[in-house]
Amino acid sequence: MDLSLTPQELAFRDELRAWLIGNIPKDWVKALAATHGQRERFEFLRAWQRKVYEGGWAGISWPKEYGGRGAGLMEQVILTEEMAHAGAPQMPGTLGLALVGPTLIACGTDAQKRRHLSKILSGEEIWCQGFSEPNAGSDLAALRTEARLEDGHFVVTGQKVWTSYGWASDWCELVVRTDPSVPKHKGLTVLLVDMHSPGVEVRPLRQMTGETEFNELFFENVKVPVENVVGKVGDGWNVALGTLMHERATLGAGVQITYKRNFDRLLELARELGRTADPIIRQKLAQSYAEIEIMRLNQMRAYSRINQSGVPGPEGSIQKIFWSELNQRFQQVAQEVLGPYGQLTKGAPGVFDEGQWSYGYLRARGNTIEAGTSEIQRLILGHFVLGLPKSY
Amino acid sequence: MQFGLTETQQVLKNSAREFFSGECPMAEVRCLMETDTAYDASLWKKIGEHGWCGIIFPEEQDGLGLGMVELAAAMEEMGRALVPGPFLSGLLAGAILNATGNPRLASLCRGEKKSTLALLESSARWDIDGVQMKAIDGNKMFVPDAGVADFLIVAARMGADLVLSVVHAKAPGVCIRAAPAIDATRKLYEVTFRGVEGELLARGAAAESVLSRALDVATVALAAEMVGGMQKVLDVTVEYAKTRKQFGKPIGQFQAVQMHCADMLVLTESSRSAAYYAAYAVQNKLPEASVAVSIAKAYASDAYREVGNKGIQCHGGMGFTWENDLHLYYRRAKASELAFGDATYHRERIAQLVIDLK
Repeated sequence: MDLSLTPQELAFRDELRAWLIGNIPKDWVKALAATHGQRERFEFLRAWQRKVYEGGWAGISWPKEYGGRGAGLMEQVILTEEMAHAGAPQMPGTLGLALVGPTLIACGTDAQKRRHLSKILSGEEIWCQGFSEPNAGSDLAALRTEARLEDGHFVVTGQKVWTSYGWASDWCELVVRTDPSVPKHKGLTVLLVDMHSPGVEVRPLRQMTGETEFNELFFENVKVPVENVVGKVGDGWNVALGTLMHERATLGAGVQITYKRNFDRLLELARELGRTADPIIRQKLAQSYAEIEIMRLNQMRAYSRINQSGVPGPEGSIQKIFWSELNQRFQQVAQEVLGPYGQLTKGAPGVFDEGQWSYGYLRARGNTIEAGTSEIQRLILGHFVLGLPKSY
Repeated sequence: MQFGLTETQQVLKNSAREFFSGECPMAEVRCLMETDTAYDASLWKKIGEHGWCGIIFPEEQDGLGLGMVELAAAMEEMGRALVPGPFLSGLLAGAILNATGNPRLASLCRGEKKSTLALLESSARWDIDGVQMKAIDGNKMFVPDAGVADFLIVAARMGADLVLSVVHAKAPGVCIRAAPAIDATRKLYEVTFRGVEGELLARGAAAESVLSRALDVATVALAAEMVGGMQKVLDVTVEYAKTRKQFGKPIGQFQAVQMHCADMLVLTESSRSAAYYAAYAVQNKLPEASVAVSIAKAYASDAYREVGNKGIQCHGGMGFTWENDLHLYYRRAKASELAFGDATYHRERIAQLVIDLK
């Protein structure tokens, strides 16, 4: 066990630190809170991603030839930690960066890599993930969106749901059924679908927060070239599973930046409100602090394992369970610290941070459902990690 | 950067597993539990000969000169085997002797002598201000393994100063009385001192810094030992869930049981991350070392108990029997939770270090 940095890693960190100091937009939290609507908010963050890309800090572990830095996974860990320390904004092209990119690097053709990877990094093209359907949520392999091969094209018809950033997306990693005659896991294929194609319709899906962060996607005879198949036709389950493993393994690293910032801010507010002498509040803040730190450590261990084995494994579900449930507890602690102020929404007299705490409380409710429910994650751990018999 | 054991550390851990499971099987644990001291001279001799007692201490003092991560790896295996006796007590005493450059350390490293720290008083406070006893006259409580110690290290006051002294267990005026408690594999005692002469190790600010650093070392060791216990409870529970059948199928096929097992895994792995990081932080004297230690102990204290709860629950009635080993781990979990401060104590310590920026 050695957490010290090699001279190379140290140089990387110092260069990054200096860059972050010079480039993180000043007062960006306030500026972001003052934006109107999710499009404006999104464009604000996209400009940040562009800056990160131009600075050479996006796609740290991706191959150089596709716009990455060709460095190791540990540099990726350093990047996440330094971004968290510096209080940097999150990058909005998360799905492309964390899921689609790694999937293409692992299973994509050379042409696909050349076409897509650098645009994912720069944020020029935004990606979404067309996985869940109204009748295929936890039971993803039961999905019905179908793709028929006609005149050298796939023709896609069906419906997807809970698609994050669907409204902002240029491309979609879509899982479709190409062969209805074989058992459900075997007839699936992953396609890269241009969201601007005729027949694609994106409808907003209003969530309990009042926002429309997610979408429903409708595909009506959408033509997709055969060269847009990722991996092999019929091998979509394995390709999709690889994406999901990346999701579980790496999303935790991204949220770490947000959680650290949220905790520091809550501590400031607790001081401002004179709550830090209350022994019960002290206990709860300390517990949140400990959990956020343990999430960071679990993540470092997971990365070290991936670094050795090359691929994320099912233990990524530990991370998914940990960060989602931790955030729900943390948001409740925030409510207790803030008292009646916690409920106020944007624009209310006396509201803190433009209403982010009432929003955060509601948004956290979705954490244990999105990206695989806590129940499904536990069953993955039970079967694939602990070796218990499959229960479903 | 690599957050995991190196090959050499893994070899050490494997050999620790082999040694402790071989030399201290469950039958031996159960046998020692029933004794007055939970101490077996022949087992202790082997532990000493293998160098475990001096694992982190300098080679000049007959230690192995290894680091905190190696200690954590060995502790995990001791926790897994539920090794009874005064190992942890000796480690804490050794850390104090090492920090004060006292030559008695070598006898501990070789396993020839045994020692323990007499810290807590009737107030049962783990913080240094809780030490109020006059040097050396008064009552110490919850002293582990005092019944087998050759000498004790006593924390007391000289005026306002904290003093650490060595006192022979058989010195006139020392009275040691057993305090039977929940974990019979690690015995507790009340120790009374009546005007006892001691050999001064450290005084004032120096004594405080020696004591708090030594407590950090022992707390990390305990947190790692707790991880080993959790892993064992998880392993036997998963094994049981695979073989025990109800309604014609293994109970591990029922989702309610799988969820308990998955929770145990999350708690165990998270405790492991925290314990090894704390070991690394103490070893390298990182500025956040004390926070890391408290995070590890706070988390493991709640986690081991909860892993025990779920493990017993999954075993049903069998888990509640004396014959099944789970209650031995459940008892150890409770005693470990209380040792060196429970989760509430360590959360308050985190609050002092993080909120109050002490």
